Amino acid sequence: MTTQVEAHSGYKYKSDSNRLGLWLFIISDAFVFGGLLVSRFYLFAGERPELNQWLGVIVTFVLLTSSFFMYRADTDISYGNVKGFTRNILVTLILGILFLIGVVGLEWPTAPFSAGENAMSSIFFTMTGMHALHVLSGVIFLYIVYRNGKKGLYSKERHFPVEAAAIYWHFVDVVWVFFYPALYLMGNPV
Amino acid sequence: MRFYKLSLFRGLGFMLVGTFIGVVITILIRLLIGLPAWNAEPILVVGALFGAIAFMFGTRVMDDWFKWARGIDTPEPAEDSEAEGWKRFIHVSFDHKVIGIQYGLTSILILSVAGLFAMIFRTELAQPGLQFLTPDGFNTLISLHGIVNIGGILLGVAAMANYLVPLMIGANDMAFPRLNAFAYWINIPAIVMLLSTILLGGVDAGWTGYPPLSENLAKIGFSMFFLGVYLIGLSSILGGLNLITTIIRMRAPGMSYFRMPIFVWSTLATMIISLTATQLIGLSFQMVLFDRVFGMDFFNPNQGGNVLLFQNLFWFYSHPAVYVFVLPGLGIISELLPVFSRKPLFGYRWVALSSMAIALVGFFVWAHHMFTSGMADFLRVPFTYSTLLVAVPTGIKFFSWTGTIWRGKLSFQTPMLYVLGAISIFLLGGLSGPPNATVATDLHIHDTYFIVGHFHATMFGGYLFPFVAAAYFWFPLITGRMYSERWGKIGFWLMLIGFYFQSLFQMQTGLLGMRRRIADYDPALGVDFQQLVVSIAGFVVGLGLLVFITNILVSAKRGQVAEQNPWRSRSPEWYIPTPVWGHNYEKPFEVVGEPYDYGLEGSDYTSLGGVADTPADSAVPEPAAAD
Ligand SMILES: [Cu+2]
Repeated sequence: MTTQVEAHSGYKYKSDSNRLGLWLFIISDAFVFGGLLVSRFYLFAGERPELNQWLGVIVTFVLLTSSFFMYRADTDISYGNVKGFTRNILVTLILGILFLIGVVGLEWPTAPFSAGENAMSSIFFTMTGMHALHVLSGVIFLYIVYRNGKKGLYSKERHFPVEAAAIYWHFVDVVWVFFYPALYLMGNPV
Repeated sequence: MRFYKLSLFRGLGFMLVGTFIGVVITILIRLLIGLPAWNAEPILVVGALFGAIAFMFGTRVMDDWFKWARGIDTPEPAEDSEAEGWKRFIHVSFDHKVIGIQYGLTSILILSVAGLFAMIFRTELAQPGLQFLTPDGFNTLISLHGIVNIGGILLGVAAMANYLVPLMIGANDMAFPRLNAFAYWINIPAIVMLLSTILLGGVDAGWTGYPPLSENLAKIGFSMFFLGVYLIGLSSILGGLNLITTIIRMRAPGMSYFRMPIFVWSTLATMIISLTATQLIGLSFQMVLFDRVFGMDFFNPNQGGNVLLFQNLFWFYSHPAVYVFVLPGLGIISELLPVFSRKPLFGYRWVALSSMAIALVGFFVWAHHMFTSGMADFLRVPFTYSTLLVAVPTGIKFFSWTGTIWRGKLSFQTPMLYVLGAISIFLLGGLSGPPNATVATDLHIHDTYFIVGHFHATMFGGYLFPFVAAAYFWFPLITGRMYSERWGKIGFWLMLIGFYFQSLFQMQTGLLGMRRRIADYDPALGVDFQQLVVSIAGFVVGLGLLVFITNILVSAKRGQVAEQNPWRSRSPEWYIPTPVWGHNYEKPFEVVGEPYDYGLEGSDYTSLGGVADTPADSAVPEPAAAD
């Protein structure tokens, strides 16, 4: 019989706990994004801000594509393919940065309104800003995982940080799947 | 250890420097983008944020995380603190028991501060007319009394959960010890911010901080208020995450969900609320902060904003928050009653699930705070009914408590007195609830002292009395010594009698038409006498608490050495040497029976052993007088 001490240590046991903690964090975080979505429709049910539609489509495409490469990276490392893993995670990271440039670097300065103009601009900047903050923290997380992966710290059996980065990245991606239509598509532009 | 190496002082030093750096950086950025160099509010807000982050650096709780990020593996955190004696409690430790006590001491400290605020404004209210407070100062004091108490209660809840849950489920620590320490220490800069509001113009908008008032008053205090509460909320969320993971993952072999101690059940229900709903008060406070600092318009009706949005987000947390405050306390009541009645807990499964039911229903009742706000009329009735629904699982608890005491072999040591006091007070709080939930009566008593009386009853019965009961009950385990039974009882009667006078007269004052949050009242209202009684009673409650605090502080040093398991409890934490630091259980135990089968011959809860109750000596022996 394994003792409790043995059963409660070890990489697998710890990773299982970490995974649960991560999912709880995501549930918690989902309440922020849910609250923002509710606020957006509470304030403006049938209207939306006037935004650059092409830019919206492009950044959405970039972010969704990044999730594909994230998935590839995660799969690679679970087969022990460190080279494929580093390459794919680098692509994910770059796509993430491109998304940030698209939203914060292009959409924000070119939007026909400023943050302090009215309630609609406030909700637009807060929603995209909160999401961008998560993308940014995801990018940092990816960079850490990329760097440690290149050092050879992850293997087929031991790569929970990669898995965590993947789950987090997909979550941030899914949030955008809700935010994009809520901000760019639903309601009449004003 | 030198004092400047202790986390608290190091953190505060870093905080000072961090705030300064934040201020300088903000001024530079403002100059860079062509804004005037000085605008106190945004600059101080960023400064405070930098200060809080610097504080966390200074305490060194995050050191291991940075090592992980650089790819350096670290061993499990040391089980014992580097600091010795009392310094243990102001230095970083990853031991859940030390963190629990840190939470507890901080909680008692800031609850006392909030209590002092109350004493100041109760002195003002003892007679009509303005004596020594300005209306703004009065409102700042009542706002801080509310919010600092709420912070203190959240810390107290975390204290009980942190100290007890791992011990009760047979774990050697929490699932994430570093996160646990982080969640505690982040409260310190938060408290500094909350108290700094007094010097920064005050926060005279009530503890709820409703916009537009909290948005339009040009007082920097408000920003610090929102930021401080935000950080306490962060602590609450992280604590919830940690405790849920711990409870799901780290139970002793054989401890199925329905063999967990009832306090663990109530903690689980509580932490589900903390984990999720807290985000929405965070969001609402963030929005007001953005309105204040960036000039956004969420709550500015002239620019398409809507103040009711704030109330919806705010109460979506702040109603369930009341269950965060009381569910652990109700768990303590259910936990202690079987011990002092020497009988099984009546309806264990129902009690366990009732906590979950209260937590769940709590998510659907928030708008009962908004009946007079101008929200859609047709929503009032569904929210009345959902609110009244809470009475069902709460009623289950009362039935269980009555059933447990029924024909039990009761003994009345201080913890039991506090538990019985808690039940009677919580009954008052519960019965005065439905009038607020029912639209017809609420329109009359909304925003009056009736609500104040009701709420204080729920907090005293659901949190304060159970917390004191828990502190006395586990005192021998925590310190290895016994508190003074005589002073414990004196404190109890002071608090109980003081409380009843305070709360009942508050309710009556409210029914007579006295509105809350007003520094003065018209003698023609006929409430002079009642107001005086409430003030005096409040001071008596304060005296009772002072007796409690003095008792535990003095007894921790000079109390008689406690015997092992003085209450003859079946719970596993009593079967290890006390006081316990570092590792909890030398060898793991197995759960072999039901937790509350007191008085059932030959039954054990855990493989550590148990107490055999024979009819001859079934009551808990009175501990030797230790004065
Ligand atoms: Cu409520």
